[in-house]
Amino acid sequence: MALLEIEDLSVSFVTARGRLRAVDAVTFAVEPGEVLGVVGESGSGKSVSMLALMGLVAAPGEVSARRMQFGGHDLLAIGPRERRRIAGKDMAMIFQEPMTSLNPCFTVGHQIGEAIEVHFGKGRRERRHRTVELLELVGIPAPESRIDSYPHQLSGGMNQRVMIAMALAGNPRLLLADEPTTALDVTVQAQILDLLLKIQRERDMALVLITHDMGVIAETASRVMVMYAGQIVEEQSTQSLLATPRHPYTAALLDALPERSPGAARLPTIPGMVPGLDARPSGCLFHPRCHFADRRCGSEHPELRPVAGSQVRCHYPLGTAEAR
Amino acid sequence: MNGEPPSASEPVVVAQRLSKVYRVSSGPFAKPAELHAVADVSFTLARGKTLAVVGESGCGKSTLARMITLIEKPTAGSLRLVGQETATASMAETKALRRHVQIVFQDPYGSLNPRHKIGTILTEPLVINTDLGAAERAEQARAMMARVGLRPEHYGRFPHMFSGGQRQRIAIARALMLHPDIVVTDEPVSALDLSIQAQVLNLLMDLQQEFGLAYLFISHALSVVRHVADEVMVMYLGRVVEQGSKETIFAHPRHPYTRALHASTPFVDQALRSRREPVIGEPPSPLDPPSGCGFRTRCRHATERCAMERPELRPINGQLVACHYAETI
Repeated sequence: MALLEIEDLSVSFVTARGRLRAVDAVTFAVEPGEVLGVVGESGSGKSVSMLALMGLVAAPGEVSARRMQFGGHDLLAIGPRERRRIAGKDMAMIFQEPMTSLNPCFTVGHQIGEAIEVHFGKGRRERRHRTVELLELVGIPAPESRIDSYPHQLSGGMNQRVMIAMALAGNPRLLLADEPTTALDVTVQAQILDLLLKIQRERDMALVLITHDMGVIAETASRVMVMYAGQIVEEQSTQSLLATPRHPYTAALLDALPERSPGAARLPTIPGMVPGLDARPSGCLFHPRCHFADRRCGSEHPELRPVAGSQVRCHYPLGTAEAR
Repeated sequence: MNGEPPSASEPVVVAQRLSKVYRVSSGPFAKPAELHAVADVSFTLARGKTLAVVGESGCGKSTLARMITLIEKPTAGSLRLVGQETATASMAETKALRRHVQIVFQDPYGSLNPRHKIGTILTEPLVINTDLGAAERAEQARAMMARVGLRPEHYGRFPHMFSGGQRQRIAIARALMLHPDIVVTDEPVSALDLSIQAQVLNLLMDLQQEFGLAYLFISHALSVVRHVADEVMVMYLGRVVEQGSKETIFAHPRHPYTRALHASTPFVDQALRSRREPVIGEPPSPLDPPSGCGFRTRCRHATERCAMERPELRPINGQLVACHYAETI
C-alpha cells in the first residue's frame, strides 16, 4: 500500500485580483522507501503542493483535496492537533535556505532538542544525548562541541546537515526535501545528496526531492513528476523519462540543457515564459509555448492519462501513434 | 568608439600575476589579518573569445571580476586592458578605459535600480560617458533593446514589471550600451530557470559574434561552461589550480580539484558522469588557508610534500596544472 496518496490537491489564494490557483488538482502517490523527484520551474507549484501536505499553507491560502492519506491516517478527517503530531514526526520537510530556516538566536543543539521534545518529551540529558547522535548521523565532525554552535558559526553545508538532523529527529517515514542543495557549492551539494540517499536507504525512508536541476533528478530519483503552471504534466520512471519524454514540455526542458548540445552554437529554447497565476491560458496550459500545439490544444484541456507506461497530460504525447 | 581599435590579434586583457590582498580587522587591538583573495593569476583573453573562471564560493572569482572591471586596484601584478597598462593610467585614462570593460551581475533583481525606468537605466551610461543629446541617447537605447529581445513599449517600464530572464536582458543591454570590448559576466544565468537560461545563453553567444566581445565568464556550473567557453581557468582559494583549453580541461582534467568538481556535478546523461570521488569536508576559510597546497585538506592524494611545498602552476601537455602529482594520479 502506498505510504502517501493524494487526490486532486488544489491550493488557491484569494487576492484582490480574484482567486488564483497555485496548485491545480494534483494527484500522486509515494511508495514506502522510494525516491520521487519533482521537477518544475519557478511558479510551477512544486513547493506549494508540498507545503500543503505538511499543513504549512497559511491564510489566505486555501487547501482542498478529494483524498489525502498518509500511513493509514486520513489527513482530511483528523484535526489540526493530530495533524501536527504527524507533521514534523512521521512526515518531515527540509528547505532550500538553511541559513534562513534556522533561528539565529538559539544554538543548533537547542533547535534539534526542541524537535525531540515536541514529539517525544524526554529529559534534558536524554535529549542532548539524542541530539549528539543525530549530528553524528548527518556527518557533522565533533558533534559534542558543535551542538553548542549558533547557525552563523557554521557553513551553509553544515547548517543544511543540521536541518536534516532536525528532520530526522522524529524518525520520519517520509522526508520532503525542497531544493535542499540549491544554495550550496557543487562539492558540498554532492555530499548532501549522498547523505540524503544514504539515510533514505538505511532507514527505508521515502524521499520526495523537489528540484529544478534535471541532473540532480537523474542521479537520485527512481521516479519523476514534472510540474508546469500548477499541474502535473508528466510522470514516469526516471530512466524512461530521460530517454523518451512524452510531454513536449519535458522534452523541451531536456533539450535546453547545455550538456545535451555539445558543440552547438545555439541551445534549443522554449519560447516565452511560464504564465502567471492570473494569466493562465485556456486549454492546455503549455500550448502557447509548444511547438506541436494546434487548435484543439487551445480549447480543450488535456487530462492526465496513462500512455505507454507513463502518465501524460497531452493530446498528442511524443513518440506515440497520437503524436503530431 | 574613439581612438584606434585594438587589432584582432592582440589580446584585449593581459593579466600577469594579479593579486589582491584585503586587510581584515580581527578585533580592536589585534593586528589586521591579511586575506589573500586572489594570488598570482595570469591569463590573456582575445577578442571574440570566452574565458570561463570556475570555482566555488570564496575562490576569488568575484574579486578577479572586480579587478578586471577596474572597481578594485590589484595589490600586485599587472593588468593590461585593450593594450593599455592600468596601474600607470591617469584618472582620465582610467575613466576612458572603463568604457571598454562592462559587467553583468548574477542577480537581475539586485542589479537594477527599482526606481528607474528601463529607458533611464539604459541611457545612464551614455549620459556619463558621452556627449550625445537626449534624442540620440533614447534612440541608441531603443536600438539596443530591440537587439536583446525587449519590446519598444518596455522603454517606460520599471524593473519590477519584468521577469528574471527579461531583467537579465536589460542588464546585458546596459552593459553593451557603450560598445565595450570586454564583458565580465558573473554567474549570469545561475538565478534563472532552465528554459530561460538557454534563451539568455543564446543571446550572449549571438552578441559575442555580432560585436566581437571578449567574455570573462564566471560560473560554478560546469555544464554551462562546457557550452560557452574557449578557455577554462579553475580557481581554488584564490589561486589557479588548472588552466587550459576547454577541450583539454574537460577531456583530461588533471588537478584533483577539477576532477572533484566534475564528479560532483550532476549530469543527466550517464556518459558524462564520472565515478563520484568523494571530496572530504568543505572549503577552508581564506583567512586561514592550509600550508602548502590549498586543496590538500580535502584531497585524497595528498602527501606530506603537499603540506610542505606549494605546487607551482606548470605546463603539462598543453595545459597548466598546480599539483605535485599531476602526472601520476
